[in-house]
Amino acid sequence: MIFPKIKVLHSHGWQYIPDLNAVTLTEEFRGRPVLTPTADMRDVEAAAKLCPVKAITTAPFTLDLGKCLFCGECALRAPQNIRFTNDYKIASTSREALVIKPGDERVEFHPENVREEIFKLFGHALKLRQVSAAGDASVEMELNASGNVNFDFGRYGVEFVASPRHADGVVITGPISQNMAEALEICYNSIPHPKLVIVCGSEACSGGLFAESKAIDRSFLERYPVDLWLPGTPTHPMTFIDGVMNLLGKKTR
Amino acid sequence: MKYYITDNCAKAVELKDIPEVEYAAFYEDLKERLSDERYHIAHYFARTEDTRLKFYLVLLDDEEQKVMITSFAMEYYDDIALPSLTALHPQVHPFEREIAELYNVEFDSMPWNKPLRFPFNRRNRNSTMDNYPFYTIEGESLHEVNVGPIHAGIIEPGAFRFICNGENVLHLEIALGYQHRGVENEFTSTDNRLRQTLLAESIAGDSAVSHSTAFVNAVEKLSAQVDHNLDIERTVALELERMAMHIADTGALCTDVAYQLGQVACEALRTVIINTTQAWCGNRFGKGLIRPCGTNKPLTKEKIEMIINNVTDVRRRYNEVKDDIESSPTILARFEQCGLVPKAEILNIGGVGMAARASGAKRDIRSSHPYAAYGKEISHESVVKRQGDVMSRLAVRLDEVLQAADNILSLLASYKPSVTARPDYECKLQPNALSFGLLEGWRGEICHIAITNEEGNISTYKIKDPSVHNWLGLAIAVRSEGISDFPINNKSFNLSYCGHDL
Repeated sequence: MIFPKIKVLHSHGWQYIPDLNAVTLTEEFRGRPVLTPTADMRDVEAAAKLCPVKAITTAPFTLDLGKCLFCGECALRAPQNIRFTNDYKIASTSREALVIKPGDERVEFHPENVREEIFKLFGHALKLRQVSAAGDASVEMELNASGNVNFDFGRYGVEFVASPRHADGVVITGPISQNMAEALEICYNSIPHPKLVIVCGSEACSGGLFAESKAIDRSFLERYPVDLWLPGTPTHPMTFIDGVMNLLGKKTR
Repeated sequence: MKYYITDNCAKAVELKDIPEVEYAAFYEDLKERLSDERYHIAHYFARTEDTRLKFYLVLLDDEEQKVMITSFAMEYYDDIALPSLTALHPQVHPFEREIAELYNVEFDSMPWNKPLRFPFNRRNRNSTMDNYPFYTIEGESLHEVNVGPIHAGIIEPGAFRFICNGENVLHLEIALGYQHRGVENEFTSTDNRLRQTLLAESIAGDSAVSHSTAFVNAVEKLSAQVDHNLDIERTVALELERMAMHIADTGALCTDVAYQLGQVACEALRTVIINTTQAWCGNRFGKGLIRPCGTNKPLTKEKIEMIINNVTDVRRRYNEVKDDIESSPTILARFEQCGLVPKAEILNIGGVGMAARASGAKRDIRSSHPYAAYGKEISHESVVKRQGDVMSRLAVRLDEVLQAADNILSLLASYKPSVTARPDYECKLQPNALSFGLLEGWRGEICHIAITNEEGNISTYKIKDPSVHNWLGLAIAVRSEGISDFPINNKSFNLSYCGHDL
């Protein structure tokens, strides 16, 4: 029957976001934090003590986005010192850049870390193979969403493919379980050179809540260099899109 | 046989009040009860207590809203084999397999004595992911197809081994454990209640609200009574999660039969719902919303209005998608009579939730063991279908999205925001007690169990995601179907890997 379809189409209208650079997220969204030291740092100490992943240090005062699960509890404990903005541009080529310090007004991307062949070879088309290594399904769903009818990241030639042999890089989600460590390695080795490694989600960046768990094996990240770090619980599609656009030189922060 | 009888709203149970019985009596009693569809197991697990291994059973009586708890024990080093209940009632299999894997307990004549999830603390270190003992059949006309652990799409890992006769699946075996993170262990290795709450949110990211609500329910039964309005707000969050995931699955099923209009319409509708959750609490999956004894994100007048507007709009548009699917013969032809799981079969394997209701089994904690706003503000009528095919599993979703929307709208229509309680991460828990969180997530029955020690710290934490029961349902559904119909069957169940592997 055609009439119900016309109705669906009519209500659907246009859904895609014409300019991805112009996207701002709701005020409620917890993205890049801003740190303000005060003479009395007792609130920060209390927040650091409560922080479930020990992402906050008091001396010096820092907040590590690679560990942070964006629960926002620290900002409630120390409202004078920690405030989460809705800035989703929190990806970086360097793990150290994810450590936020007082006065930081953005997460530094460090384009100088990007290998030249990445711009040259993948600038117009980047095919990625995703491997979930104990990811909790939310990060995976957000990666799927980056290609959906709203975000349509495919318009820039960035897509996920089924086979590692067709891929230019691997996107790892989850803290990397022992039981997935070997499969991840096999997948990575099946990707032709040159290849990218993108870690997606705070759990992938640091192990998150499972950093100390005996069921985790993160040795992969000691053996292979990471090209892009994407914090978030889960990483918002806009964080992923912004990060990859910067990596491909289509955008500068 | 003796049980401690309680219900889903009562406080925690003192450990000394839980009867301890002999295994022989336990076996005979369950043999009888599990033949009756009114009973099924919510959880059955073991833990060490001094020199003994103590087994706890939480049994649900769906007819009288009762939760029945009992236990038995054996000396830790006893090497007697217990007669297996799985041999009589396949629904016991995940529990007996877990106990065997963790404690080396032998279950006599256990028909499917295989590793469940290869946890890091398993007894047999020689048993690894690589040597999972897949079932095999010899025959010249048969071939095997292995899929996974890494799948073609952006989803979690698991290994599927098909034995096929030509194009048709004779047998499917699903090996899981790749996602094992040691979640239960992490719960007991910390006293930081915020950390425990975040762990609950990450058990299965697509059910973050459901699992964290189950956790806070278990904690609150051990500590303080909460404001009923907080329960209402949590119910709204649960129903928003149900809407979002059912819509996502509707879209995924459309994708797999190459019906692009349904796919994109559902993608857009899901975006509206998860963005609604994000505008409420800052996270598209509801992380940060559910907290013990209070909330940082109480509803406000503006937020209520925003939720009502968005849900009303999505309800109207989803209804159009529903009409469209139901009037498209090309879609129906793919979904109807595909992947049948008869009612007797789903009861046999202990199927729960949406998949069970699609096969005619009325398993729904919202009506059988009401909690929060169910049975109070919402008189819940379960959506039950009869066929047990892919279409029925879709039809349950088609109806439940509208039902969830109606529940949200009716709850919020008369709701006056008044929640002032903030989260309490320090609250003292009742010592030496057992408490559970039991609710109906979008996938089905979620059961969390917390046992506290003398100091009031959580010393054992057990989690059961509905997927633990339902994975076997998927394996049964694809028997004798063409292997090319596996994707739509898989999507029609949409089970959790991390929720199973923990």
